Amino acid sequence: MTGFGDFLGEFGDNMTVRVTTTVNGKLVSGDVEPNTLLVEFVRENLGLTGTHVGCDTSQCGACTVHFDGKPVKACTILALQAEGHQVLTIEGIGQPGNLHPMQAAFQENHGLQCGFCTPGMIMAGIGIAERNKGASLSEETIRAELEGNICRCTGYHNIVKSIAAGARDM
Amino acid sequence: MYNFTYHRAGSVDAAASRLAESGDAKLLAGGMTLLPTMKQRLAQPSELIDLNEIDGLKGITVSGGTVTIGAMTRHADVAASAEVKQAIPALARLAGLIGDPAVRNRGTIGGSIANNDPSADYPAAVVGLGATVVTNKREIAGDDFFTGMFETALDEGEIVTAVRFPVPQKAAYFKFPNPASRYAVVGVMVAKTASGVRVAVTGAGPCVFRQSDMESALSGNFSADALSGISQDADGLNEDIHASAEYRASLVVVGAKRAVAEIA
Amino acid sequence: MTAETGIGARVRRKEDVRFITGRGRYTDDINRPGQLHAVFARSPYAHARIGSLDISGAEALPGVVAVLTGADLAADGIGPLPCGWMIHSRDGSPMKQPPHPALSQGTVRYVGEPYAVVIGETREAAQAGADLLDPDFQELPANVDTASAQSTAPIHDGIANNLCYDWTLGDEAATDAALASAAHVVELDIINNRLIPNAIEPRAALGDYDAGTDMLTLYTTSQNPHLARLVLSAFVGLAPEHKLRVVSPDVGGGFGSKIFIYSEETVCGWASKRLRRPVKWTADRSEAFLNDAHGRDHVTKARLALDAQGRFLGLKVSTIANLGAYMSTFSSSIPTYLYGTLLAGQYTTPAIFVEVRSVFTNTTPVDAYRGAGRPEATFLLERIVETAARELGMDPAELRRRNLIPKDAFPYATPVALVYDTGDYQACLDKALALSDYAGFPARKAAAKARGKLRGIGLSCYIEACGLAPSRLAGQLGAGVGLYESAEIRVNPTGNVTVFTGTHSHGQGHETTFAQVVSSRLGIGLDQIEVVHGDTSQGQFGLGTYGSRSLAVGGSALMKASDKIVTKCRKIAAYLLESKPEDIDFEDGVFRVRGTNKAKTFGEIAFAAYVPHHYPLEELEPGLQETAFYDPQNFTYPAGAYVCEVEVDPDTGITRIVKFTAVDDFGQVINPMIVEGQVHGGIAQGIGQAMLEACRYDRETGQLLTGSMMDYAMPRADDLVNFDLDVVRTDCTHNPLGVKGCGEAGAIGSPPAVINAITDAIGVRTLDMPATPLKVWTALQAGSAAAKGS
Repeated sequence: MTGFGDFLGEFGDNMTVRVTTTVNGKLVSGDVEPNTLLVEFVRENLGLTGTHVGCDTSQCGACTVHFDGKPVKACTILALQAEGHQVLTIEGIGQPGNLHPMQAAFQENHGLQCGFCTPGMIMAGIGIAERNKGASLSEETIRAELEGNICRCTGYHNIVKSIAAGARDM
Repeated sequence: MYNFTYHRAGSVDAAASRLAESGDAKLLAGGMTLLPTMKQRLAQPSELIDLNEIDGLKGITVSGGTVTIGAMTRHADVAASAEVKQAIPALARLAGLIGDPAVRNRGTIGGSIANNDPSADYPAAVVGLGATVVTNKREIAGDDFFTGMFETALDEGEIVTAVRFPVPQKAAYFKFPNPASRYAVVGVMVAKTASGVRVAVTGAGPCVFRQSDMESALSGNFSADALSGISQDADGLNEDIHASAEYRASLVVVGAKRAVAEIA
Repeated sequence: MTAETGIGARVRRKEDVRFITGRGRYTDDINRPGQLHAVFARSPYAHARIGSLDISGAEALPGVVAVLTGADLAADGIGPLPCGWMIHSRDGSPMKQPPHPALSQGTVRYVGEPYAVVIGETREAAQAGADLLDPDFQELPANVDTASAQSTAPIHDGIANNLCYDWTLGDEAATDAALASAAHVVELDIINNRLIPNAIEPRAALGDYDAGTDMLTLYTTSQNPHLARLVLSAFVGLAPEHKLRVVSPDVGGGFGSKIFIYSEETVCGWASKRLRRPVKWTADRSEAFLNDAHGRDHVTKARLALDAQGRFLGLKVSTIANLGAYMSTFSSSIPTYLYGTLLAGQYTTPAIFVEVRSVFTNTTPVDAYRGAGRPEATFLLERIVETAARELGMDPAELRRRNLIPKDAFPYATPVALVYDTGDYQACLDKALALSDYAGFPARKAAAKARGKLRGIGLSCYIEACGLAPSRLAGQLGAGVGLYESAEIRVNPTGNVTVFTGTHSHGQGHETTFAQVVSSRLGIGLDQIEVVHGDTSQGQFGLGTYGSRSLAVGGSALMKASDKIVTKCRKIAAYLLESKPEDIDFEDGVFRVRGTNKAKTFGEIAFAAYVPHHYPLEELEPGLQETAFYDPQNFTYPAGAYVCEVEVDPDTGITRIVKFTAVDDFGQVINPMIVEGQVHGGIAQGIGQAMLEACRYDRETGQLLTGSMMDYAMPRADDLVNFDLDVVRTDCTHNPLGVKGCGEAGAIGSPPAVINAITDAIGVRTLDMPATPLKVWTALQAGSAAAKGS
């Protein structure tokens, strides 16, 4: 859909259109409607169900993915807005047997219980580590920067520990 | 979410002409308010004009005592900008208190001020720092920009392109966040500028406002003590389950004192 | 092997790999070919009669497959959703249980109550259809208030005063006598705030009917899939039990709210049968706020009698409990047998009387939420004890110490129907006081004062009754079913093991903990054990996971099943080794003829059990698979002492928890890492109740004011601190593992500790939860106004 000139694209109401974007390093395409959210595209078109939906007001952070390298809430971006951009989901950072350091830290520090907020927490945790690269990462900083991710199970105690450990290992 | 037509604009002019052609199109900036509102089906624009690919609207420049922030500059970029931190640390701090990190990675200054949510943080910066809002048509003084709850001086089809902040002598921002939404229950920006002291309050009333009693008191004596005798009238302030009008009034005074104490 | 992975080891969780890599499988992750989508039409009014409902417009909409109403449901014989626990009023009459149809039939009684469902090819089409439904609502007077519900207009026909039951427990005469003769009587009015559970995974259901086999598979977010199948078959009439499979895959938190049988899963199953296509529904968060069963909501008056030395003589409690508009699955039992029975707490109070009136209001049904009744009892008790200490001028720790049930008094029968089997409350308190540096508090308070801050400290000594439930007792108390739990161990021919349990995990880590138990008993590695739950087609039966019961009851069943496996293995070993079963020793996974080196490993026995060449078939059946049911003889009684220290900014009312100490006695602990995680989470939810969370309805309109995460505040990371934990251990005396349960303790023990700390800091007698900055500031203003006035 990327075009030349001033109009980069235009897509009508109730018309499925093709979106092409890079997800977890792979160029992917799918047919969506203008009102399809990025999280719906990722879950339903691509079958990447690790990204979750926990609210409808952009509070809970269960849908956190990286968009051009930065954590965002995939429930508050249109799928069409991902055209030509880079999306990274929980499935793209590490796999069983080859975990990302932040994933490993969550297991090692019991940073999860029901697992539902966990992909968002891990993606947010990587964001915290990257934003504070080179600086010492205090418990206070981690807690402050986790304000966009709600966990109902852990009381955050072990999530904070996990992110501190994961950041050290990244 | 109701459906709509999606336009990805490549320039401000293209966005403006599209906006002019369409009856109820909306501009899509960061989308942090618009998209949740549409998801709740509280808004039903027929078209969205996406400004996110217009590179000319992004970026921060500091020169000649002015910080200019492009309308599509993300809150996170303002919060992390070494230049902003150097020139107006209170502005970087305010940007870093909006929403949460993921919201700050999408939300933009232009979107925030054009929406003029009574609990948004940026209006306190625009008014409190005496900024100028630049649009595709003109320049609007910050004091004249916010005209009422969710209302601004923007005309139909007018698009914010940048905000220019004069660098103050000193400034500080106090925020009491809503424990659920993290919007400002009360936010107070206090600035000592070449043209006088400015105190702007967001969250407390239906629209950002200047606290002139405090400005007068601080003009003579820029210290927290100068605010001791000053109270904020609760009449007309917002009331909700998180804060009564009286409580907000009290927080305005406490917030102003703390902001002043931080920089006096 | 087992020292590192068995009972007591801090084993990293087996289930984590799938969750941290995005490979968890939750209900909404499942899609079936040809699937339709359900959108529920919900009442915008708190109370209204539906005069007429025209569905033709919605039906005609492209993409809409069906519009179904309560009348269709009734015509198909899908019955109302039952409440499973019968409570009798003080006059002996049974509770008044109004019908609770899955789709309302004629009258809607709370905002969000579903009255129709639109099934569409897409969710958007179904939503568009639902938008077209515009019933002729005739608004009726509505009440959302607990305290006044008995004097407002009736919500259900034939239920006078909106009173479901008027229940009592204890000796009123003895309690009155104690109050009359006491040196001190402390009175306290207490509100236990209404909460919205908000598991982060929204509820979801997917009905998938196969007309070829007449089999209905229902995928749903349930803490207890077997119980769901039983209720949906036996009481609701969705399908015969053998034609209904309930699958509850990974469940993203529950906290009680996913115990209950709701409208949506009932309707998705029914609609799938009717339409012969899969039908899916996933709640959005707004629906979760409106429709997931809420928690707590008590209004209470309490009086505590003390003698001159501060010994408790009697406690009299009168509570009004809000049930909401309908009775949910367990709702009647929460404010009665899970509340009144806990009012002795850790204390020797000789006379206790409690009366509970449960009322209907035009609000979402209220049922169990983490702790369920026990937080209400603990909050009341620990608030009134703290208040008594302050009014008597005694150290709150000392007043408690004087009244604690002594360590040597167990088993201890309380005046409210329970027999505590074991405990050491003094040790918990002492440890908590030491860990929190209670003695050093005055210096910290002074230092805070110098900084312009108000510091306070608060204690809470809680007890809970867990391990639901001794079935005979539960039956006597009105439970519709016994509360056994089952486990099955299936040893595979190659010697690894599949364990089936009737409990289910929604974050508790059963796949690890249960494997640790089996690993310890059978002497095989954790990687040789697979725990299976959440699918009625696999495990035989079970009552599910709630009430901190899974390990105490389900784990005990697992112990019994393990013992049966070992018994059979001995027989096989004896045959193979030409010995007698009683001469076979079993240790570390090896069966050995006593005093010899003749031995067979567990794996060899398993192989021999399935594919024997020569077998004494008349004595020994091939196969190695055992099932056990376990019925607890008593509840378990976890207990502990919590200390909360806060600092209040008097200018803003902003209160920070600066230190939180929890000492718990859970008996034997299988995996300390997991147990600590449960305590952390429980404390966080308790702090949420105490400081942040408030479900608020508009009193005039009955609209839910806190209907989103923008309005309903829950703890975030920066609202909390790291918690300081320790344990005391007295093993449960009546289950084979000596375990007591840990899932709810934190949520039970923490709210009074927090409020005791805040009221201590700001010097007020009472403060309703949640103690928001607004409330703290308002209380401080009132205090300074009163000080100025005096």
